[in-house]
Amino acid sequence: MNILETLTKLWETSGIAQIVTGFTGNGVLQLVMIVLACVLLYLGIVKKFEPLLLVGIAFGMLLTNLPLSGVFNPEYWNTAGDINYGEVLRHGGLLDILYIGVKTGLYPSLIFLGVGAMTDFGPMIANPKSMLMGAGAQFGIYFALVVAILLGFDPQAAASIGIIGGADGPTAIWLTKTLKPEMLAPIAIAAYSYMALIPLIQPPIMKLMTTKKEREIKMEQLRPVSKTEKIVFPIMVTIVTCLVLPSVAPLLGCLMLGNLLKECGVTERLSDTVQNNLMNIVTIFLSISVGATARYDTFLQLDTLKIIVLGLMAFCFATFGGLLIGKIMCKLSGGKINPLIGSAGVSAVPMAARVSQMVGQKANPSNFLLMHAMGPNVAGVIGSAVAAGFLLAVFG
Amino acid sequence: MELLSTLINSVIGMAVVFAVLILLMVIISIMSKVMKKKPAEVQAPAPAAQAVPAANTPAPGSCGEVKLFDVPDKIAAQLMAITAEQLGAPLNTLRFISIKEVK
Repeated sequence: MNILETLTKLWETSGIAQIVTGFTGNGVLQLVMIVLACVLLYLGIVKKFEPLLLVGIAFGMLLTNLPLSGVFNPEYWNTAGDINYGEVLRHGGLLDILYIGVKTGLYPSLIFLGVGAMTDFGPMIANPKSMLMGAGAQFGIYFALVVAILLGFDPQAAASIGIIGGADGPTAIWLTKTLKPEMLAPIAIAAYSYMALIPLIQPPIMKLMTTKKEREIKMEQLRPVSKTEKIVFPIMVTIVTCLVLPSVAPLLGCLMLGNLLKECGVTERLSDTVQNNLMNIVTIFLSISVGATARYDTFLQLDTLKIIVLGLMAFCFATFGGLLIGKIMCKLSGGKINPLIGSAGVSAVPMAARVSQMVGQKANPSNFLLMHAMGPNVAGVIGSAVAAGFLLAVFG
Repeated sequence: MELLSTLINSVIGMAVVFAVLILLMVIISIMSKVMKKKPAEVQAPAPAAQAVPAANTPAPGSCGEVKLFDVPDKIAAQLMAITAEQLGAPLNTLRFISIKEVK
């Protein structure tokens, strides 16, 4: 083989040649995806939009769209029958192997384990009525579901789009990987992007739906919650919810196990590992493998744009639902409840609660709503998991 | 037809979310009431035990009220926290009588 042949072969097997020769077809689409991945990396790194997840998702997207990289092969996953995991392990790329954790629902459940270990359910136990606002904020899920059906999506796709309104990334991934795996990337990206944009999305709706007088309401300090209550709570929630909706057991079970490890006081080491090391490792695996599903052939479609618009709509109506219940509770309590805490029912812990605090403090600088808003906020996590369990039971 | 069934499913879905969370709310409320009663029952013989406090027993969480003269609550809380930090003593072992702004 002479030098020319060697160079020719090197050129032919390069990704650049693939893009150049296929420039009129897939090559340009791959370039678009590479640019899009770089834009998402910029948003994650510079603008700090959910960087812990968005950076991994964007990098997974970048890797999977580089020609001939072979890190992710959709043909293993988009099969009508059972997935051949033996084949994936023998011949799959790196991200195919990591994707097994998404496909089996392992990563979202482990993320929930960490979320549970980092969550203090005390404010919700102190004020159980706040759970109603967490329930009201799930309205966005069902609203988007109906609109998605109107736009021509099938029920599985519509349910996966609707769950974006739960403002809970792991729950959205957990449901979509079962109902509509080919839509996983746009849904995960929409869910995490909107979660990062909550401080921009929610305040206008909050101001529109509440009067200045309502926003100024100062709430009474929450009662202290005993250690025993905090220990009994996760056990009780697991039993009740899993008896009503068994399909939600992997998610809520892990959430409550994580919380029990934190609260029981005898497993500090495990709680520490779950909150930090395990959570970080799983976040890397989850984000990069979800990003890998964003290939040019499935991502660059009109449906992706529809998903992004419907996701935003789901978020807005989820905020609306939470605020509506907040307003009703404000009226019924004789003005003792600030309706702004209702918007925190959209999960997205603790960002949504911080937004309630921020808007409340703008109306009345001596207003401290954060702990009150944490009640609906953590109730929203349970609410969105219950909604996901329902959708899985009905459309799965 | 699909729209109608989706609408029905959505209503049922919202009802399920509310039902589960209301059920949890009721159970938490009952649990809280039971837990509140228990400490009261346990605390009955406590005064006898408190008669001879151990040397290292920390003071109760609150040691009365502090009188504030022209000092906002927030500043008072900061001052008490700083004092505890400087003394190297837990805040609940200190007793503040009053805080007055020196003009």
